[in-house]
Amino acid sequence: MSATHATAATNSAGNPSAGSAPSGNRASGRGDARPIAFVSAQALRERMHEAVNDPHLRKSFRGAMDFLMAKRAAQFPDESELDSLRTLSEGIRQYSLSKLPDLLEQLEANLTRNGVQVHWAADADEANAIMLGIARRHAAKTIVKGKSMVSEEIEFNHAMQAAGIDALESDMGEYIVQLAGEKPSHIIMPAIHKTREQIARLFAENVPGVAYTDNVDALIQIGRQVLREKFEQADIGLSGVNFAVAETGTLCLVENEGNGRMCTTVPRVHMAITGIEKIVEKLEHVAPLFSILTRSATGQAISTYFNMISGPRKPGEKDGPEEVHLILLDNGRSQAYADEQLRKTLQCIRCGACMNHCPVYTRIGGLAYGTTYPGPIGKIVSPHMMGLEQTHLLPTVSTLCGACGEVCPVRIPIPELLVRLRGEAQSKPHDNPVMVGQGAGYSPLVSFVWRTWARIYASPGNYRIFSWLASRFRALTPSRQSGWTAARTPLTPAPRRLRDMVRDRQ
Amino acid sequence: MSSPSHGSTQASRTYPPRPAAVYFYATCLVDLFVPEAGMDAITLLEREGIRVIFPDSQSCCGQPAFSSGFPQEARKVAASQLDLFPEDYPIIVPSGSCAGMIRWHWEKIFADDPALHARAAAVAARTFELAEFLLHVVGFQRRDEGEPITVTLHTSCSARREMGTHLVGRELLARLGNVTLAHHGHESECCGFGGSFSIKHPDISTAMVSDKVAALKATGARKVVTADCGCLLNITKRAEKEDRDAGRSMPSLPGEHLATFLLRRTGGQPAERS
Repeated sequence: MSATHATAATNSAGNPSAGSAPSGNRASGRGDARPIAFVSAQALRERMHEAVNDPHLRKSFRGAMDFLMAKRAAQFPDESELDSLRTLSEGIRQYSLSKLPDLLEQLEANLTRNGVQVHWAADADEANAIMLGIARRHAAKTIVKGKSMVSEEIEFNHAMQAAGIDALESDMGEYIVQLAGEKPSHIIMPAIHKTREQIARLFAENVPGVAYTDNVDALIQIGRQVLREKFEQADIGLSGVNFAVAETGTLCLVENEGNGRMCTTVPRVHMAITGIEKIVEKLEHVAPLFSILTRSATGQAISTYFNMISGPRKPGEKDGPEEVHLILLDNGRSQAYADEQLRKTLQCIRCGACMNHCPVYTRIGGLAYGTTYPGPIGKIVSPHMMGLEQTHLLPTVSTLCGACGEVCPVRIPIPELLVRLRGEAQSKPHDNPVMVGQGAGYSPLVSFVWRTWARIYASPGNYRIFSWLASRFRALTPSRQSGWTAARTPLTPAPRRLRDMVRDRQ
Repeated sequence: MSSPSHGSTQASRTYPPRPAAVYFYATCLVDLFVPEAGMDAITLLEREGIRVIFPDSQSCCGQPAFSSGFPQEARKVAASQLDLFPEDYPIIVPSGSCAGMIRWHWEKIFADDPALHARAAAVAARTFELAEFLLHVVGFQRRDEGEPITVTLHTSCSARREMGTHLVGRELLARLGNVTLAHHGHESECCGFGGSFSIKHPDISTAMVSDKVAALKATGARKVVTADCGCLLNITKRAEKEDRDAGRSMPSLPGEHLATFLLRRTGGQPAERS
């Protein structure tokens, strides 16, 4: 679901000077899409610092997010309709998760009956090994890809490249990002950080025989021509899955460009990959989720394409792949699943509304996060995929303003989960952790500060003395107050506390 | 029970009849940094004939520790506050975020202790943000005695999304005949305070508060009014810094707590800081 909207949104940001401006993606600090070996807290800080101080990036994301927020708002003029659709969607997702193990087995049985080969992958390496095995069996040289964030999550392209197989993105936004050697900066609109002029230059420099043009329609036509050839040459098509229906063994795919349909029908082999949580029991559960997905994501009443894949080509059929595979990926999801509160993370239908409405995402863009999934959802899902050692700082990059929770179509309590993850990250490492990397952000000093704070504030006597001292000796308040005074005048206690005022008055 | 930001988009609660007395829970920020706002809130309530009880043992709702990921420390502090409200009077909090903490999160931090949980739930049920109490319970309606003025209103994220009271401030200002409210761009967006966020991620916090200050100033309003002292300090201290850096002697964006503003406009005498 990306290119036309990515382009439209990017244009709406309007950036006439961008032709010569530095690229908005430089916050990523990497130009060749190498796998993320380790995301340190320090690296995250540096990327965020760079991004937030990049006026070009700031302007372009602000414009794009404003555009998307307005598009979504226009889809939900009636608050009570939105409210009941959210309630229904949340209910469907929670119901599905409550039966997840059974539904997965049912899905496998029904897909197998339909002729789809089902594979289970515990992590990225396993998933890549399975798909590489399929590719090798077919002596595949080229794989053409529809948009799939799970394939990004497992660094699929890189794994294939390493094995000498070309993996080509066919979603326009993903194609642009791949040409630039970058990662997606948004889960729905991967190239949202790129301006029209940047895309024009990319095409002129990388697509043989193409002269510079920044006409959007012309650019889309160029992309289409390149990709059309690739669809014909490709040995395998890869796609993601938006909803897997257990009862019927159906894979649903939401897209706008038709490239998803091409990837899943033209090549001889179709591989689909999805996280184990993307499952619903019944076909009737799909309709409300589909509706709230497109309306929340791009503000479309419905996407241009909706594919329902229920197996390979049957005897006598004229088209469709000869083989269909589904790879069901865990990669940390069962860790989230095991905990009642953290399980809500898995309700996500990947609409991206949380990032569109996030004041932090709006200011640093998607690449600064350094994770496959950026924004609020990225902060709560990445710790399960990557462990808290790498991601313990992520949940702190939020004011807990609640904008994400307010728009989430399936009512994931994102702020509540951020608070929970802050606790998991900072509590003293213990023997029975719920999460990999529990305690990775533990600091004896910070813990001591909060213990001391609690000793003062939980005791009326201590608090009276402390606040009296702070007020009485306010002249000693430091004029430099860490991050606060970087942008503000210092905080100084009042000469009289409220309790003094109340007492003096009587 | 879950807070409206995750639950219903139409937060609604029932309000009690006007009580003879209320507890005033000032919050730690007001006690130490903006006591005049607390005093003005008390004056406003007393002027309406409501007795205001200020429990002297109050300190903090525990939110700073809770939102930083230290629930045990938050719990310890919150537990020390449970006994402060023995009578069945409403508890008035001049801050959406502290009110939100008591109303929605206290129950969570006491979830594993039925006795404490029940007491926390009872406190939560009668905790009100000052502005909603003034509008829905007091029925605040006083003559505006001030000169015509244009102000802009910042509503905290907690008031907006946890307490569901974002329209309350507007309604109160609309009752002042000489006050024009100027709406600013991206009004529903956070001011970038976020408690420890402002210290831990100063770059992003600065970007957010600078944008907020710019949007507020762009309205041409003479003053910003808000019902949350965290936001108030964040916004006004940022504006002050901009003034200082630009060598301006007059504040370009003075700010006031809603309580102070309401009192000043309706013939009351706001408290002196010193």
